[in-house]
Amino acid sequence: MQPFTALRAPALPLPLANVDTDQIIPARFLARPRDEQRGACFHDLRLDETGAPRPGFPMNRPAFAGARILVARGNFGCGSSRESAVTTLVDNGFCAFVAPSFGDIFFNNCFQNGALPVRLPEERVEALLAGLEASPGAEIAIDLEACVLTGPDGAADRFEVDGFRRDCLLRGVDVVDLTLGHAAEIAAFEARQAQTRGWLDRLP
Amino acid sequence: MTARPATDAPRTLFDRIWDDHAVVERDDGYTLLYIDRHLMHDGSAGCFARLHERGLPLRRPDRSFGTPDHFVASGPEALAPLRRKALEAMTANAARHGFTMFDLGDARQGIAHVVGPEQGVTQPGLTLVCGDSHTSTHGALGALAFGVGQSEVAHVMATQCLWQRRPKTMRVSFEGRAPEGVTAKDLALAMIAKIGAGGGAGHVLEYAGEAVRALSIEGRLTLCNMSIEAGARAGMVAPDETTFTYLSGRPYAPQGADWDRALAHWRSLPSDPDAIFDREARLDASTLAPMVTWGVSPEDASPVDGRIPDPAAAADAAAREGLARTLDYMGLTPGAPIEGIEVDRVFIGSCTNSRIEDLREAARVLRGRKTTRPAWVVPGSGLVKAQAEAEGLDAVFRDAGVEWRAPGCSMCVGMNGDVGRPGERIASTTNRNFQGRQGPGVRTHLVSPAMAAAAAVEGRFADVRRML
Repeated sequence: MQPFTALRAPALPLPLANVDTDQIIPARFLARPRDEQRGACFHDLRLDETGAPRPGFPMNRPAFAGARILVARGNFGCGSSRESAVTTLVDNGFCAFVAPSFGDIFFNNCFQNGALPVRLPEERVEALLAGLEASPGAEIAIDLEACVLTGPDGAADRFEVDGFRRDCLLRGVDVVDLTLGHAAEIAAFEARQAQTRGWLDRLP
Repeated sequence: MTARPATDAPRTLFDRIWDDHAVVERDDGYTLLYIDRHLMHDGSAGCFARLHERGLPLRRPDRSFGTPDHFVASGPEALAPLRRKALEAMTANAARHGFTMFDLGDARQGIAHVVGPEQGVTQPGLTLVCGDSHTSTHGALGALAFGVGQSEVAHVMATQCLWQRRPKTMRVSFEGRAPEGVTAKDLALAMIAKIGAGGGAGHVLEYAGEAVRALSIEGRLTLCNMSIEAGARAGMVAPDETTFTYLSGRPYAPQGADWDRALAHWRSLPSDPDAIFDREARLDASTLAPMVTWGVSPEDASPVDGRIPDPAAAADAAAREGLARTLDYMGLTPGAPIEGIEVDRVFIGSCTNSRIEDLREAARVLRGRKTTRPAWVVPGSGLVKAQAEAEGLDAVFRDAGVEWRAPGCSMCVGMNGDVGRPGERIASTTNRNFQGRQGPGVRTHLVSPAMAAAAAVEGRFADVRRML
């Protein structure tokens, strides 16, 4: 996986709360292969019934072209476990998401795809949204090594990210390989469990 | 990371299961957690592809179970090619890897979250995952069960483990008895309205209190199913005699001497009376009413005798704007009484409300009455369907004018051809009222099976308590 260390890029404001994964990618696109899901990103928020762009939707505004960071209100990515919600955003250039809170499964899925979800206090997110609206195309800088996010206003905030997830992103760790390195412990656990919870292994 | 309690410290049900499954504990707070059961559905093909790319075997086919549900057809129509491909891939992967498969044509096929408990695959004290957010359902039997994305599904396939940070715990107590006509679905919606769609984020919920103890396993499955709609990846109910009676004799439940050993373990699981939860929420079940959602988040829920909120009364500009946008999408007028909102169509089914008890509740309302709106009942599994037919419920539905269909996720998930038309207003027993969830432009109102049946008869939301 590509390491994530630091990023300075234009940010897209999405001043909506509870943006669920059905908004990020509607279910009817999920049977398609990943390379056909890129155009499904925010499909029904972005396009009207005739397929024409909705002018008010931030992604449709030329001033926000090239955005790689997305700033939204609380509970971003709530709803289903579909990892396509993360990958369609990644395939549209986004690799960091900033919100007061996230759906837990979306949050986990970000790390599996080299993307960074950043939780900041609600007041700070509101200030970022207002700043990005006032100066479209403004940049946000994220330093994952130092865990600092600097807004277009120059104000810097420290953010928290789990040490394990941070290390994996910084080094581009393949988590399956990491876990397979613990094969002996897994086998020992299974042997122990076979002794104490043997019924789990005996199927009809 | 919450410190691991000393063995003599009071522990919660969650603590016991977590501690019992820790394979590796890192200094940075991450635990490699062993997964006892992995459920798969027809959306798993991409996960198998990752396994195949790496040349890895499915580590524990004996701990893996699958059934197609998302893409299957609930009626006689032909499958679109991509859906047929997904179903064929699942059948081929079952043959290649040797996991237990309840495929189409097998009476045991159905929605994974209905089939797991029904077969006794889900049991107290175990860890269970599935590549679906409603995996929280299985916590009803006292398991730690949660949904994961495709990368983590592939990780479980390869290692039977997951790296997890220990979540926080939250006890949700429903004190008192739920009145007649107030079901597990109403408890869930009332809770989400109270704590919010993100209220349980980062937490595992444990449901407690008199009203929860009084629920059947079917009711507990409904309640735990909706945990994710409160933002919690997992919800649980401590196992008790109701649990043990439900599991006894199920095909994949322990048998003979194993049953006795398992039962002794299961009885040791419930939270200690003095166990500390990170958060507590309380609701008085005796004051609750049947619930109806009016918006595009499950937290937008109201008692049936309530009214549509008015954006003018919102706390701030952002809330006002959000509410106005919601009401515009839903086509609703501020201040309008919920009773009286006309519906176009009714759907009874999904991993939330498609079990035998749900169908009995709907049939109780529909018996001797006629529907005035198109309505579907989609049972949760082939065995639920057979049971309902043995009880004559299918005849009740048909006599009322309801379509009786074949098991699967159907109109809950909007990816198998079962969708509404733009602008259509649907009274639905599903779990998500998100914009477009049941098809572009569709307006979904979440209700219990009894309330859905009442709406099908009246053609509008009606208080089912008057019809019982």
